[in-house]
Amino acid sequence: MAYLRALGCYLPSRVVDNAELAPMVGADPAWLSHVTGIEQRRFAAPEETVAMLGIRAARDCLESGGVSAREVGLIIAASGSGELRFPGPATSIGSGLGIPGVPAIDLPMASAGSLFGLALATRLARDFRNVLVVGTEIMSRVVKLDRANRDTAILFGDGAGACLVSAEGGFAEVADSLLFSDGDFAEALKLHLDSPLYMDGRTIILHASRKLPRAIAEILERNHLKAGQVGVFLLHQANLNLITRVAQALGAPEARFFQNLGRYGNTSSASLLIAAAEWWRQAGQRLEAPIVLAAFGAGLNWGAVLAAPAGDAAQPAGRTS
Amino acid sequence: MNKRTQIIEIIQRLAGEPINPPPDESLFESGLLDSFALADMVTALEAEFSIRVPDSDFKPRKFDSIASIEAYVQSRS
Repeated sequence: MAYLRALGCYLPSRVVDNAELAPMVGADPAWLSHVTGIEQRRFAAPEETVAMLGIRAARDCLESGGVSAREVGLIIAASGSGELRFPGPATSIGSGLGIPGVPAIDLPMASAGSLFGLALATRLARDFRNVLVVGTEIMSRVVKLDRANRDTAILFGDGAGACLVSAEGGFAEVADSLLFSDGDFAEALKLHLDSPLYMDGRTIILHASRKLPRAIAEILERNHLKAGQVGVFLLHQANLNLITRVAQALGAPEARFFQNLGRYGNTSSASLLIAAAEWWRQAGQRLEAPIVLAAFGAGLNWGAVLAAPAGDAAQPAGRTS
Repeated sequence: MNKRTQIIEIIQRLAGEPINPPPDESLFESGLLDSFALADMVTALEAEFSIRVPDSDFKPRKFDSIASIEAYVQSRS
């Protein structure tokens, strides 16, 4: 049995709105808003690293849960934008938290990385007790902000999110998870070491529009739940149109799909946990209905995690906010 | 009603206007349809022609023009 115990996030302080970005890509600010639904995004400062963002999100998560870093038994860090081929940011996050020696695993997975991290953490929590899942990205450095790369570059932003998955209790019990991968379309979204991020948008949207609602429907069906019974859907914040279509496909009110894309853009693997952290802060400590977390991204990788309200016995002491 | 006419009707419904592009013109490069209309089109084709489009066929080039859509529907019918 594993629980979602606490969530946290970190967004770099520099806000880049469409008025600032538009001239870089040779576009009109109003056009940017219209085609993306994104009004602003955050860019990391030059001295910030992917690991540094992750450390800040992890600290926010642990503080929110009233949990000491020394209680963390395992770190799983998802990122598709790490500065190095290796090591990834996971070990640096552990070091930054002051817990060297704690095993740290990198998931070099963009977009769906934190969802896969959550699903793995759920299974590993029995052995490691408290598993810290971090999604951290500096996407502004892997896109090229020019006219030729405009359609991709305008979508992304920087940030980090974190979730503590615990065997000891939490606000929600992870009831099920469902993961899928399909390498036949690996070329559709990729980041080479020496060139900017490439995305075949039509292929990605076609797959995401079909696979994401299907995964959510499957996890609900096998847990005997209807979409209308879900309190909130926390999706990877890739595209507002995609979220709308997922809602329509499931027959669920769009209002139940948490959205912060307009403020942060697509922060890749960080977005799911940033959204979850913001929702958690707004929703308060008690969960009244099941929640679904879902993501789709490069790989292709996609899936869903279902969590249900935890009973009183599972509420750990110590949450401070 | 032949398949091409049915396909054109689907495209017109998705575009929201009575367009009638040349059979080999890209519906997407020309700007007649956007990326999300592609997903809607696949769903509409499945319903209209009682076919199932498997994930392995989720390739935009298969649905890029009236001619390519017609060939695909023919291959699945």
